[in-house]
Amino acid sequence: MSSQKDSPKPAAEKRADGDGLRVIGVPRRRVDGRAKATGQTIYADDISLRRMAYGKLLRSPHPHALIKKIDASRALAHPGVYLVLTGKDLPNKYGILPVSNDETALCVDRVRHVGDPVAAVIAREELTAFEALDLIDVEYEILPTISDLEEALTTPEPRIHNYGELGNIHKRVAFDFGDVDAGFAEADEIFEDLFFYQGSNHLAMEQHAAVAIKDPEGKLTLWSSTQTPHNLHIAMEKVLKIPRAQIRVITTPNGGGFGGKSDPFHHEMIAAKAALLLDRPVKITLTREEVFYTHRGRHPVLMKFKTGVKKDGTITAVELQNVIDGGAYGSYGVASTFYAGALQTTTYHVPKYRYQGCRVFTNKPPCGPKRGHGTVQPRFGQEIQMDKIAEKLKIDPADLRLRIVESPNALTANFLQLRTVKLADCIRSVVRTSDWKEKFRKLPEGRGVGLACSCFVTGAGVSIYWNSMPHTGIQLKLDRGGGVTIFSGTSEIGQGSDDILAAVVAEVLGVTTYDIRVYSGDTDLGPVDLGSFSSRVTLMAGNSAIQAAERAKAMLAEAVADKLQVPKERLRFADNAVFDSAAPEKRVTFQEAVCLGETRFGTIGTVGSYTPPKMPATKYKGGGVGTSPTYSYTAAVIEVEVNSTTGWITIPKIWIAHDLGRQINPTLARGQVEGSVYMGLGEALMEEQEFRRLPKKLSHALVHKFPSILEYKSPTSLDMPEIVTEFMEEPDPQGPFGAKEVGQGPLLPIMPALANAVYDAVGVRIDEVPITPEKILKALAEKKAGREPRYGPTHFPEVPYPERLRVPPPWEGGDGRAINEEVRRAKLRPEKEKVLTR
Amino acid sequence: MATHTKIPAESEKTARIRITLNGEGVDVSFAPYKTLLEVLREDLGHTGTKHGCELGECGACTVILDGKPVLSCLTLAVECDGRDVMTVEGLGSDGQLHPLQEAFADLGGSQCGYCTSGILLTAKALLDQNPHPSRDQIREALSGNLCRCTGYLQIFDAVEAAMVKIASHTKSAT
Repeated sequence: MSSQKDSPKPAAEKRADGDGLRVIGVPRRRVDGRAKATGQTIYADDISLRRMAYGKLLRSPHPHALIKKIDASRALAHPGVYLVLTGKDLPNKYGILPVSNDETALCVDRVRHVGDPVAAVIAREELTAFEALDLIDVEYEILPTISDLEEALTTPEPRIHNYGELGNIHKRVAFDFGDVDAGFAEADEIFEDLFFYQGSNHLAMEQHAAVAIKDPEGKLTLWSSTQTPHNLHIAMEKVLKIPRAQIRVITTPNGGGFGGKSDPFHHEMIAAKAALLLDRPVKITLTREEVFYTHRGRHPVLMKFKTGVKKDGTITAVELQNVIDGGAYGSYGVASTFYAGALQTTTYHVPKYRYQGCRVFTNKPPCGPKRGHGTVQPRFGQEIQMDKIAEKLKIDPADLRLRIVESPNALTANFLQLRTVKLADCIRSVVRTSDWKEKFRKLPEGRGVGLACSCFVTGAGVSIYWNSMPHTGIQLKLDRGGGVTIFSGTSEIGQGSDDILAAVVAEVLGVTTYDIRVYSGDTDLGPVDLGSFSSRVTLMAGNSAIQAAERAKAMLAEAVADKLQVPKERLRFADNAVFDSAAPEKRVTFQEAVCLGETRFGTIGTVGSYTPPKMPATKYKGGGVGTSPTYSYTAAVIEVEVNSTTGWITIPKIWIAHDLGRQINPTLARGQVEGSVYMGLGEALMEEQEFRRLPKKLSHALVHKFPSILEYKSPTSLDMPEIVTEFMEEPDPQGPFGAKEVGQGPLLPIMPALANAVYDAVGVRIDEVPITPEKILKALAEKKAGREPRYGPTHFPEVPYPERLRVPPPWEGGDGRAINEEVRRAKLRPEKEKVLTR
Repeated sequence: MATHTKIPAESEKTARIRITLNGEGVDVSFAPYKTLLEVLREDLGHTGTKHGCELGECGACTVILDGKPVLSCLTLAVECDGRDVMTVEGLGSDGQLHPLQEAFADLGGSQCGYCTSGILLTAKALLDQNPHPSRDQIREALSGNLCRCTGYLQIFDAVEAAMVKIASHTKSAT
């Protein structure tokens, strides 16, 4: 255990015999730190090529309409305009998930949200392209708009898409893990609560940008700020009808991603198509307003949580129902729908669990993955409900959680295989550092503390498109000059993935990270990596890099052992040298070792790859989502001051403890925790993707309330509280040097901890985010009037959930298979066919 | 595909200014509608200055104009004739990083790095004006520069570390 704030972690032990870690665990300048501090990092929009043209997209002003006619002749006649593209130029559908390829580069016959692109202008100057957008005449036939999740459920026609389940329901999921009703019958108390989680945008500071060229050989190269170059590569092959071998995708360092750059996007396809047609470089950079239309942010979710507990807090059963507002396209939505029910069993022991999820289409920009993908909303509900349970049972909420935390190596009711679980230590840590026992229910009126916990995957157990190949790979080249080069397909989105790869390789080979170059995110140079999402890169690419480095090390060791005449098992690689651990004076420099290795074996180049371990849960349909090589755990305490006159919330301090296995670069680990806390505070307090209808006499269109940074409020430097971070470090056998994820998990407890703190401070429950002063005042007014002191949803709609897939948990004799799959499939088929033939 | 012989108005570089850019006199011609941000990035090849909103909302485009931090996306380039502009490219000197740059690189002040240039220049302007700011003064000074990655705390740490280093340099120089 180490405390970042109070006592800096001592440098890793450095022993003369070469044992002990020298790079891992030592705070260090990240490998790309200098580039970023000097402005030399080249982001996509910084690329400027000779003869480069610029593209701009014409976007729909209507939330839902048919495209009747597009006339681009005036735009084409405008001086400086090279090309206008419309939907028919790129009609092939694509999408991040194979089950929902529902996007086209430009809308072909229908627009589904304000901002859906209908045409693109490519011109000599960016401003020319922008001005020429006004010269494109589009005739629309306006369709009725579906604005929110309830409207989507009750309005089957018009359908926003001609696929999906019923009407405007995109995806439904329903599981029973065990005899849930029996679980509720055993309970002493049953709690039922409704929660709403508002959607939000990632607001990465860099707007998406892409540059495409037809290279001198006539092939295509695309630079893009993408988190998923591999999936983009696949989508481009499909849309452009060019073999993947003739497309090169290069990930430029992302100016922030947070999930928002994980889909293949319109502007990437359009820049590529235009570059091929014009035979000149084409750049498209989105404006901030366009980023809000491109979105893929947090799904708004309405939830109903039901939990049965014994008097001592033991959970007997949990049931979660939700409706997820997906926006206008599929994006990651099917995965989000599964994820929204996957991790309710991983923090506390839940013997019986029911999940019913439903994602609907609405005429708003598509939602997708944002930091904590799919699991943030249900964690919010579950952790507030835990606080309510603790109060009713008269148990301290920290103690209640400590009684029921899930055990290490448990197999959960839904067959998720846990590994190291240090949640109890995390809880104890924040209880201690925050002085919880002295504060909870003891602070004066207006001040309070709240606690919440969470868990997150360290990489997804199964890939987006099913295959048995590795999820990532590394190529390593050792130069006879002593340099080491890493070729990887990973995407550096600011999280420090290049640094992590350099660190683990440096540790294995006994060199410094400064001796290493990392070439990442280039489909020509590096092996496939599935992308920077689901907190997978450190574990998966890190393990691959270790494997490649160990293979290179073995070759060098053999050659050096011969030269020094010592057994190779005795050799140590440290301090840029290879030496006999028993007699350290017998040594060669690392560079000499490479030369010896090259003399013996030829060029030293090795590879490594990583495939997650087989997961037992993959036996039932949908069981792959939520599986992971291992899980991170977090606990947080937030202190608040709430002004009961203004509703204003002030947060003096936050204490957070995160179980990450091991810190690879403590500077980065702390940054990930603090950045997660910050982003969580934004969602908890102010950020929301809100819409409003224009008046009927205008178009009655559903438009963004806030498509600008000025109106979309996010926390500034003035809003950041002090944060005390502690790390629980028990190396996990699954992780590289024991490391688990740290980039997403610490966000999850923030929103519920804040809601719980507000309750402790002023006695009102705010069961939705953002928790604004207005909502607090409304809840205080309810309290004053003697009604339920609460602000939040009061009604859960009728949802046509399908028959539940019944999977007995391990302790009911289950083997991970569903027992009613056939029966259920037969029942669902006619239901779907009815819709499609309508 | 369109073909035109007429030069589009947007391409006509009819405006011209002379500025001191990072201590060096430069002369640049550009289309008159352009902002200082656009001229720096597109006409002068100084891409270290970033944009996040083009509307003065995010602070990513901050440069120092005549000693004061300004949003270059809200500054018309034609207004800058004869003035002194400092960008991130001009922070270091004699091949050495500025203490702020060192501290940001070492202490996690930068993650994705996109907001970093603007924050460095805002911090530089602050330290030039007030060599010993309190943490609250640092918070206040940086409140117009959004960062989505760090949660700001490592940025504050970096500014404070640079402040100490600059102060000790100044002390030893006098």
